[in-house]
Amino acid sequence: MSVQDVRFDGAVNWPSNALSEVPFRVYTDPAQYALEQERIFKGETWSYLCLASEIPNPGDWVATTIGEVAVIVARGEDGAINAFVNRCAHRGNLLCLTNKGHGREITCIYHGWSYDLAGQLTGVAFEKGVKRQGGMAPEFHKEDHHLQRLRVEALCGLVFGTFNDAVADLQTYLGPVVVGGVKRVLDGRPAHIIGRSTQILPNNWKLYAENVRDTYHASILHSFLTTFRINRLSMPGSINISEDGGHHFSQAKLDYAAEDADYKAANLRSDTDMKLQDNSVVESVDEFGDQVSVQILTMFPNLVLQQVRNTLAVRVIRPRGVDKTELDWVHLGFDADDESMQERRLRQGNLIGAAGYIAMEDGCVGGFVQRALQYNDDDSGIVMMGGHEAQSQTFRASEAAIRGFWKKYRAVTGA
Amino acid sequence: MTIGNAMIDLEVKLGIGELYAAYADCIDDDRLEEWPDFFVDDCRYLITDRQSHEAGYKHGVIYCASKGMLIDRVTSMRRVLMFEAHRYRHLVGPPRILRAEGGIAETNANFFVARIMHSGETTLFATGRYLDRIAIGAEPYRFIERLVVLDSPKIDTLIAIPL
Repeated sequence: MSVQDVRFDGAVNWPSNALSEVPFRVYTDPAQYALEQERIFKGETWSYLCLASEIPNPGDWVATTIGEVAVIVARGEDGAINAFVNRCAHRGNLLCLTNKGHGREITCIYHGWSYDLAGQLTGVAFEKGVKRQGGMAPEFHKEDHHLQRLRVEALCGLVFGTFNDAVADLQTYLGPVVVGGVKRVLDGRPAHIIGRSTQILPNNWKLYAENVRDTYHASILHSFLTTFRINRLSMPGSINISEDGGHHFSQAKLDYAAEDADYKAANLRSDTDMKLQDNSVVESVDEFGDQVSVQILTMFPNLVLQQVRNTLAVRVIRPRGVDKTELDWVHLGFDADDESMQERRLRQGNLIGAAGYIAMEDGCVGGFVQRALQYNDDDSGIVMMGGHEAQSQTFRASEAAIRGFWKKYRAVTGA
Repeated sequence: MTIGNAMIDLEVKLGIGELYAAYADCIDDDRLEEWPDFFVDDCRYLITDRQSHEAGYKHGVIYCASKGMLIDRVTSMRRVLMFEAHRYRHLVGPPRILRAEGGIAETNANFFVARIMHSGETTLFATGRYLDRIAIGAEPYRFIERLVVLDSPKIDTLIAIPL
């Protein structure tokens, strides 16, 4: 039986086929949440797992999750990256109890079953019994029992996995537009982690998935840059959406030279007490040579790749119940960064994350929505800014990428 | 008192204790405009977590490398950023002085911070350890560096008020 055949009684009814109408119950309904675990996270999607550089050597492994399912990603003896469910084939015990490790095999603490780093069962404690008594039944064969394997693919050092055999290869899944957006940032230079943290969001995971696709709210909710009068509001930008709607990147350009002049003017200005004491939090360089100062890229269902000025980060969206989400922030730098670029990334790091000047509000606004919907979710929200479709646009006062999310969501969940 | 081979002046110990207590009171009493004055001009204030600290990651959830950046934090919090009103209650353990020489003391202390939302909901928001370098050459003592090393990498919702 495929997951599409599993019935989920009580899951949300959609009011129409329009992408611009979203029933509020989709954020609050436990049956819908269960359906998502099956049809989205275990369905025809690729989920982000980790950076290839987190497991550089054979024997390295990290423990992560796809949806709520615990997964191990390991580099095998042959150098290939394997992923399998973090669950012993014997009695279902969690195998890896830490976030990362290294070894030739993984052994279950419960009954000592061991597996190689391709997920193959290699050892069963007392398989032949003790003193010729006991032992596994004669029809038991180790080769019949291995860890539940995932398909694995990588793109620009980002590793993805899927439970699904039918989903297309990763680059076809993402489409050429979004693959191009990834390659613009992760352009082949070796990168490394400069920091990480986890932000607990008091809301359904989709409210955050929408938030990062929502170019409409950015200059309204996040008023840091405009308040300090150091950015120009007429920055050209664009929203670029994959054909299936699920993946996108938005860009905003910046006239770096004009902004530099703005800092100086702001420091001279006498008509306002609102000026930064230390501009280094925003002083940026055009590191990719295309004047794009912000690129927010999403991949359905769980990944955000961000360039905000000179900050680079991967954000991983992890559902943890119908009204709780963990957002993992992995901050990146390039190995070739000189000292001033390293310091620049750290100082601009104040813009993003759980205490970020232009990201902090995203940590609480989803919770406000969630609270407003609790036991009062019979209505629908509307996402009509910029029309009803989910196509790329050359302006950012639009909710097109949110509609794209729902286009993909409804296709994958069969709604 | 004796630390290793060195004698630590009781006056220094009391001065550091007073700095720690005054710092926590300043935040908990919502006198944040005074918070940057607990630091020297050329200071560093960073919020990280134990795993990141041990991994040598330099990024901080908050990373301030000057007193000006601290002032900007307060201005932004007061006048720009949107979040629900809340306060903290710090419980800071007695500071340990690891070294005190050349006008600089290296100290640390454990802390618990409760978060009290405007609604009254109170939760244990953060636990961790301050790792500090303090200028003790002149009164009042000031932080040269304050690393806030959280025990957990998980942060509930957001950090607007400094720890």
